[in-house]
Amino acid sequence: MQRKYKFGVVIFLLVVVHAAILFAGFFAPYGYATQNRELPFAPPTELHFVDQAGKWHVRPFVYALADDSDNPGAYRTDLNTRYAMHFFVQGTPYKIAGIFASRVHLFGVSDPGRVFLMGTDEFGRDQFSRFLFGGQLSLLAGLLAAALSVSVGIVVGGIAGFYGGWVDDLLMRGGELFLALPWLYLLFAVRAALPLHVSQAQVLLLLVAVVGLIGWARPARLIRGVVLSAKERNSVLAARGFGASDAYLLRRHVLPEAYGVVLTQITLLIPQYILAEVTLTFLGLGVGEPMPSWGSLLASLQQYYVLSTYWWMFLPALLLIPLFLAYYSVADAVQERLKSVAL
Amino acid sequence: MKYLGRRLIHAALLLIGVSFFSFALLQWAPGDFFDELQLNPRISARTVEALRVEYGLNQSLPVRYEHWLRSVAHGDLGFSLAYNSAVGPIIAVRARNTLVLTGAATLMAWLLGIPLGIWTATSGRGWANRILGVTTSTLLTIPDLLLFLCLLLLAVRTGWFPAGGMFSPSAEAAAFWPRAKDVFAHLFLPAFGLAVVSLPVLIRHVRSAMVDVLASPFLRAARGHGIPRMRVLFRYALPVAANPLISLFGFSVATMLSASLIAEVILSWPGLGPLLIEATLARDVYVVVATVLLSAVFLVFGNLLADLLLVAVDPRIRME
Repeated sequence: MQRKYKFGVVIFLLVVVHAAILFAGFFAPYGYATQNRELPFAPPTELHFVDQAGKWHVRPFVYALADDSDNPGAYRTDLNTRYAMHFFVQGTPYKIAGIFASRVHLFGVSDPGRVFLMGTDEFGRDQFSRFLFGGQLSLLAGLLAAALSVSVGIVVGGIAGFYGGWVDDLLMRGGELFLALPWLYLLFAVRAALPLHVSQAQVLLLLVAVVGLIGWARPARLIRGVVLSAKERNSVLAARGFGASDAYLLRRHVLPEAYGVVLTQITLLIPQYILAEVTLTFLGLGVGEPMPSWGSLLASLQQYYVLSTYWWMFLPALLLIPLFLAYYSVADAVQERLKSVAL
Repeated sequence: MKYLGRRLIHAALLLIGVSFFSFALLQWAPGDFFDELQLNPRISARTVEALRVEYGLNQSLPVRYEHWLRSVAHGDLGFSLAYNSAVGPIIAVRARNTLVLTGAATLMAWLLGIPLGIWTATSGRGWANRILGVTTSTLLTIPDLLLFLCLLLLAVRTGWFPAGGMFSPSAEAAAFWPRAKDVFAHLFLPAFGLAVVSLPVLIRHVRSAMVDVLASPFLRAARGHGIPRMRVLFRYALPVAANPLISLFGFSVATMLSASLIAEVILSWPGLGPLLIEATLARDVYVVVATVLLSAVFLVFGNLLADLLLVAVDPRIRME
């Protein structure tokens, strides 16, 4: 019962995160490229309910941020100026899934106040908004690449396992080439073969292709193993006796057995591939400005002064941990379930 | 012996395959090293073309592959256009540094992982065991990038460790021992980070291998004879549990190299990682090919070493 409960929490968390990222425009108070040049590296804004006089407010508010005259480059909160937080406010126009245009944001504070839940970067861009918008690219790249890897794995592993003989040898030896290289080195080798400067639209395609196409060997191997044992089953032999074609056998009798392997592989690959995008972009080989991705949010940490002064620049990376934990526990739960079904 | 011979041939074929694959991939890539020059209005298109001819970039793929193989046989591993010298000497230093780092990290990981794994296997369901379990599964989800950034932050903020690099500028001319000490000070942080990256998997494997062995009757007999507990665990149980761990060592070379790439870039350890990224950005193809090939060589040798160890440790495998 308790395990079921925990699994429910995990799924709920994943759904919330994915929805927040899909509807990033709505949940983010600002656009991903909205700059506040006068507020670079502003710390995360605190939400308050109690004001200086000790009076309670139902509506949360934030204090204004002013330059600290004693300490150049730092900020102090101006306790005399309050900005109330409003919900469903009009703001920067955005599009959801590239189709539905809107201007309504979940929350915002009255002008000229600003609310930065995760602080700002060197151009005064809201890190929280950029994290949500960045997730669109990183998560989509991770999901698509995982789907691509596993699809190639299904086709290759299915064919290799089903036909055996020299086809099997050829495909699996080819796969070994991909497994014989450390994964990041392979990623760089393939990335090096593609154009360095690509347009915004191409970058997603490029990331998906690079990351997805180098990871097919492991799922292919696992699926081949399942297919090898599945094709010997009596049901398959009987179906063949009735004159079923190879394609039909693979589709209806053999590959459905690999369902569990496919599901666990996808859930394990998604976090790994999100990290691949993060790593590539962090090292300057992925997404370029001003488009945010989880990798480019971390890229500024390569400068010592950012790293050592502005702790909130670490937040995007820290937020990845619960997300990955959720994915891994889904993979664990799927595996557990399959084991209990098999027994 | 026959088995090892077959493994060697297999490894050689694999390396040839990797070399051709990476070579072909990079030759087929759009753009080359001299593309940047074309943007410069002072350099005529004819000069750029002449440079391409001079460096052989206009020849067909098989011809260039053959040239390259010949240079590999000389130990040159191709020609770096950015460094304007043979790739071999450049990469040798970098490879040595990467080996030092990954070697130290592997040593550290196993020295920590084996006792910890044995401990979790033997010490029931206590709270300390549970804490270790939670810690390892959390460590598994921490992105390598974040871990090394945190270590760098630690070095920058506390000043306990040098913030990246491999040598202090003052240590260049020093005698052997002070220099070794200096390198060790720089080595500790990245090696520790890499060890932490590989620890969770290691502990889990040691644990499961030991749990299987600990149930066997000969260990109870050994205990019954009054042999001390530590001796039973390390001298009697561990060798029996060693086989899957040795295989794990072979596999772990790959993860270690990948993690080391990130560690080297963030903590500016002058290994293969930064070189590979530099070369990728500069389109210095032969350096990329050589680095990728070298990483495959490390991996193949790691696996071969694991096989040799298995043969040395397990008489059953020797008999086959």
